Amino acid sequence: MTYMIGDWELVIGLEVHAQVTSQAKLFSGAATAFGASPNSQVSFIDAGFPGMLPSINAECVAQAVRTGLGLNAQINLWSRFDRKNYFYADLPQGYQISQFAHPIVGTGEIEITLDDGTKKIIGITRLHLEQDAGKSQHDQHPSKSFIDLNRSGVALMEIVSEPDMRSPEEAGAYVAKLRQILRYLGTCDGNMDEGSMRADVNVSVRKPGEGFRTRCEIKNVNSVKFVMQAVEVEARRQIEVWESGEEVHQETRLFDTARGVTRSMRSKEDAHDYRYFPDPDLPPLVLDAGWVEQLKASLPELPDARRARYVAMGLTPYDAHVLTLDRETAVFFETMARGRDAKLAANWLTGDYFAALNRLKRDIADPPVSAEHMGELLDLIADKTLSGTIAKQVFEHMLAGEGAPGAIVETRGLKQVTDTGAIEAAIRAVMEANADKLAEYRSGKEKLFGFFVGQVMKAMAGKGNPAAVNELLKTMLAG
Amino acid sequence: MRPTDLSLAQARLALDARQISARELTQAYLDAIAALNPRLNAYITVTAEAALTAADAADQKLAAGHGGPLEGIPLGIKDLFCTAGTRTTAASRILGDFTPPYESTITRQLLRDGAVFLGKLNLDEFAMGSSNATSAFGPVENPWSRRNDPDTRLVPGGSSGGSAAAVAARIALGATATDTGGSIRQPAAFCGVAGIKPTYGRCSRFGVVAFASSLDQAGPIARDVMDCAVLLRSMSGFDPQDSTSVEMVVPDFAAAVGRGVRGMRIGIPREYRMAGMPAEIEALWQQGIAWLRDAGASIVDVSLPHTKYALPTYYIVAPAEASSNLARYDGVRFGARVAGSDLTELYEKTRAAGFGAEVKRRIMIGTYVLSAGYYDAYYLKAQQVRALIKRDFDLAWQQCDALLTPATPSAAFGLDEKQDDPVAMYLNDIFTVTANLAGLPGMAVPAGLDGQGLPLGLQIIGRPFDEEGVFAVAGAVERAAGFSARPGVIA
Repeated sequence: MTYMIGDWELVIGLEVHAQVTSQAKLFSGAATAFGASPNSQVSFIDAGFPGMLPSINAECVAQAVRTGLGLNAQINLWSRFDRKNYFYADLPQGYQISQFAHPIVGTGEIEITLDDGTKKIIGITRLHLEQDAGKSQHDQHPSKSFIDLNRSGVALMEIVSEPDMRSPEEAGAYVAKLRQILRYLGTCDGNMDEGSMRADVNVSVRKPGEGFRTRCEIKNVNSVKFVMQAVEVEARRQIEVWESGEEVHQETRLFDTARGVTRSMRSKEDAHDYRYFPDPDLPPLVLDAGWVEQLKASLPELPDARRARYVAMGLTPYDAHVLTLDRETAVFFETMARGRDAKLAANWLTGDYFAALNRLKRDIADPPVSAEHMGELLDLIADKTLSGTIAKQVFEHMLAGEGAPGAIVETRGLKQVTDTGAIEAAIRAVMEANADKLAEYRSGKEKLFGFFVGQVMKAMAGKGNPAAVNELLKTMLAG
Repeated sequence: MRPTDLSLAQARLALDARQISARELTQAYLDAIAALNPRLNAYITVTAEAALTAADAADQKLAAGHGGPLEGIPLGIKDLFCTAGTRTTAASRILGDFTPPYESTITRQLLRDGAVFLGKLNLDEFAMGSSNATSAFGPVENPWSRRNDPDTRLVPGGSSGGSAAAVAARIALGATATDTGGSIRQPAAFCGVAGIKPTYGRCSRFGVVAFASSLDQAGPIARDVMDCAVLLRSMSGFDPQDSTSVEMVVPDFAAAVGRGVRGMRIGIPREYRMAGMPAEIEALWQQGIAWLRDAGASIVDVSLPHTKYALPTYYIVAPAEASSNLARYDGVRFGARVAGSDLTELYEKTRAAGFGAEVKRRIMIGTYVLSAGYYDAYYLKAQQVRALIKRDFDLAWQQCDALLTPATPSAAFGLDEKQDDPVAMYLNDIFTVTANLAGLPGMAVPAGLDGQGLPLGLQIIGRPFDEEGVFAVAGAVERAAGFSARPGVIA
């Protein structure tokens, strides 16, 4: 199904800025932690002091290469840093160091899956490394602007897509999938609300079969939902412009999330002349092919591969999808399911466990019950120590922080009764108390079997092993 | 013999033998500065108290027998090197009272080796100039003057004019300097002292105020070739904080000075024979060739065909890089600021008031050549020519081991001459810029006097990282020249 607004088709390309996960900045040793007090993570290099020089952080380079490999992209063994020159108060050097002409990563691709299950390949044009600027705060003082340089010099990866997306849903799925891959790789935390990941959204519209029309770029959109909204409202705006006989002008726009409209920021005519040229302080970045191979070999398993493996383990495609959405869940699942019934583990995790997380407002990265303990719980079910019903009770006690399931079963006496003598005694008592029902059963009203099961389980306070109860009951009821 | 008469090598011996204390030596220099600097204006800042404290510390180390190679040696520091706790100006108003909280790698190494810093030396603003006339702190006077025109004050050359003048007048035993297009070699030649710009990457640029990053390289100016060799060894070495510095062992340059040139092939680049070059320069060059031949070198005629494009190439590349490097002087975080009603006005007023005319000219040229639509025609073309100039040298090295050329196209000129014609000023660098464009080591050695009694220098250019070869040739020229003339203004 092609997404259309009237008889207009949408063309969308995204530039995603992803902050590299690393201890230090791209060209200085200053720290990068989020939320530090203003100007507390700034070296003289980041502040552009006289005589200061950049020297590249190898870990940031490795992270960019890992990301490139995760996007099935070409790794350029020779790349170069350029200076993008412009004046602004939060740009201390008066230029941003970026890879304009020769990025570290070339073309790659991402496969997205839409809600109806359709898959689509979105091309990646390039990925390059660059420095972030500082942050200007214009609302702290009536006549002054405050500058926080903590972000100045932080390593960013700019990941540029081909204009391959055709609907808000595709754009949203692309950002979500990219974020998922980055998180799996551990190369960006993907926290869009903290600014670790933000998207510039390029939108144009056209009649099917046409070439591209003029696009507009919507800057710094910071959630998947806003990306989808921005695409839609911008496309509708452009369609209105074209349909009223006007022309769309190339410009940079901002998405006003409160009002749900895009607003012009600057036109192409106002665009800076960035005077790009190779940064003479930095020799070309030359990578060793063997080093890239090492990084490739140590790459974690990515979501698509993991999902396929889960389906092969017998999980439903839906469960496999849910369990691979983020790496923490997948790792939790695998720890819990190791050497056990994968299907049972998946049911427990996606069922009771996720429900508990919701209820407690906790995250799987900070789990209320460990994967190891969940595994032990599965073991107690498997060896029939616990029935399903009792297991749920034990799980509640685990959530309450009472420790390992084995210990809870011991101290609370929740062990399932498999002692046939005890079950037989219970059955006899039930049969005596319900002589009328027994007669009806024996005269052919077999539906009453369930009634007897319920009575026996009740008499045993749920601890009776259901299989044993069933078996013994069948024999004894038959007389 | 007065303490200031000692060369660095001689002072080393005298200090080690405790014939003179570091304090006495330092005090002698401080006295000389007090006497001569008001006229020469070679120092922007004199750090007398800190110098004496450092000298006392040096004396203690020398007494304990564990002094460094430069222990107690009083040096002047070009005011382009950031020095922790001492104002650093780059001879510009825009830096205001900027006092770096950090030390440049080179000055840190000099301090490590025991040097005593006398103060910060004058220069052309941001090292842009060939006469030291663009300094916001006033021009430096050359301690030499014309024999029959002693009242005309002469320029010391630039941009390291303060460094060369201070060493020549003996108000510093040695000095740090930097060279982007000839800024060590031209002033050294104008002031009758020695100076070497090492191979690009030999010395760290960390903490040195940048002019043109791909061309800037620091080096020493000193009284003779040996003193330069000693200083360069302390200044050199790989620095992980400068990505363009090279991880190579630093040789004992001093050992090469007396090595001689027997068996060496000395190339004479024919394109350096410029039309209109003064006969005295040509004569000195021929004399140099004869000296080296007599010392056992063979002389080879070589061609560097792209030489004529070197100056225009330099005056595209250097301003382009400078226009970007100087963007950080915006009045926002440090240095001088002139308030404005908004950010743009703050920038405009700060930079209009803070930069001098020559710096503004180069920022404008640099901005222009990098602009959209002009980049390919200027910057990119210049980089291509630069590659050809480099290749000229690569080919020349197949025929010879070092090159001998004049250091400058003339002797020192008057303070009021050439100041109105930037292009005439730029021509001063005609023999020196090629070594910067190709990243090669180049050294100026005083070799004779012109008819007015002003010093003239010869230049030796060497293979990449063959400073030892350069020192060997320079040592041979120095011995043959026996240059012993002294300027009129001297301690």
